[in-house]
Amino acid sequence: MEHDDSQVGDFESTLKSNAHQLLESLERGNFGDAVQVINELNKVRDRGLYHEVGKLTRELHSAIVNFQLDPRLPHATEVSQITDATERLNYVVTMTEDAANRTMDLVEQSAPLVNDIRTEAQSLSADWGRFMRREMGAEDFRELAKRVELFLVNSERDSGKLSGHLNDILLAQDYQDLTGQVIKRVTQLVTEVESNLLKLMLMATQVDRYAGIEHDQEALRAEKQQEKNPSQGEGPQIHADKLDDVAASQDDVDDLLSSLGF
Amino acid sequence: MPSQAGFTIRGCIQAAECTGEGTEVDLDKNMKILIVDDFSTMRRIIKNLLRDLGFTNTAEADDGTTALPMLQSGSFDFLVTDWNMPGMTGIELLRAVRADERLKQLPVLMVTAEAKRDQIIEAAQAGVNGYVVKPFTAQVLKEKIEKIFERVNG
Repeated sequence: MEHDDSQVGDFESTLKSNAHQLLESLERGNFGDAVQVINELNKVRDRGLYHEVGKLTRELHSAIVNFQLDPRLPHATEVSQITDATERLNYVVTMTEDAANRTMDLVEQSAPLVNDIRTEAQSLSADWGRFMRREMGAEDFRELAKRVELFLVNSERDSGKLSGHLNDILLAQDYQDLTGQVIKRVTQLVTEVESNLLKLMLMATQVDRYAGIEHDQEALRAEKQQEKNPSQGEGPQIHADKLDDVAASQDDVDDLLSSLGF
Repeated sequence: MPSQAGFTIRGCIQAAECTGEGTEVDLDKNMKILIVDDFSTMRRIIKNLLRDLGFTNTAEADDGTTALPMLQSGSFDFLVTDWNMPGMTGIELLRAVRADERLKQLPVLMVTAEAKRDQIIEAAQAGVNGYVVKPFTAQVLKEKIEKIFERVNG
């Protein structure tokens, strides 16, 4: 950027010195000279402007090549990096959804097994108590002994199933490793795109200086702000505990609501 | 936050465990509940948690556009909705419910990742009955539902 600054500096010093000359010529009534000075100024400005636009175009072109945005380019592989990143993120969505469903399937299959074991244990416990208090006849005891035997067999079988389900739940978490790798690569790409965009923006600023274009930053910001409609939802807050306008926990939400009379 | 549920189901799995403690609120376990969320996994989590609390009469919708006609024709007793959904958002659905003569008394619980103070105030002003931020626990969901029906019935 140093080179650009000195270029713009050249333009500005030429502008300054020629402005004096222009004023002098006009004061002396020498219009021919004045027009000459204006032409000279235009030439310097145009040269700088073309130079900067040229650089900007080159950079844009190399950015397009780098990110393989244009599939018609000879360097482009089958898909652009951005399309590829989108596909990768979709893969993450699918994988996490599959893992969540797999886990919930197993939990739903496990719950009745646990429930059965508990219910039968409770019922046997009550009858066992009757037996220990000698409140049980021989016939009832034979019945109880059969149920205990069945319970032991069922418990062994069902706890085997449960331990299998727990193992599968554990394995269903393997998406974390794979999606983590994918997300890291996409994050890298986003960082790269951002720094390249920033570079392009700085170059465009040089063009703006030569062309004398000024942007109303305030208006742009206001426009952006207006686009942000909280009714549409923003999704999860990443730094909830550091932001003042965000409820950091359910307790915060409850406090806020109770302050509103809830 | 190890005690938060997030995408795994924590806390009680079976009804006996969930309802066997603390003060009991007498809730109609047969009440018809509509669960609205664009993510099927989240609908499934909420459905499972509600079942653990004893509520088995549930239906699902994936956004406000599909939920509203269901509400209008389905005699639901309770609405649990997300905020951020394509089509019609949860806050829009809430406003539509409150604007509907036959639905305006329907208790609505918002279960959402939206946590901006302005949004919570907006939901309160639109007439929400309870607000749970994701990730949440089974206990929080239970408390909020009980609180809502304590007020509705009281």
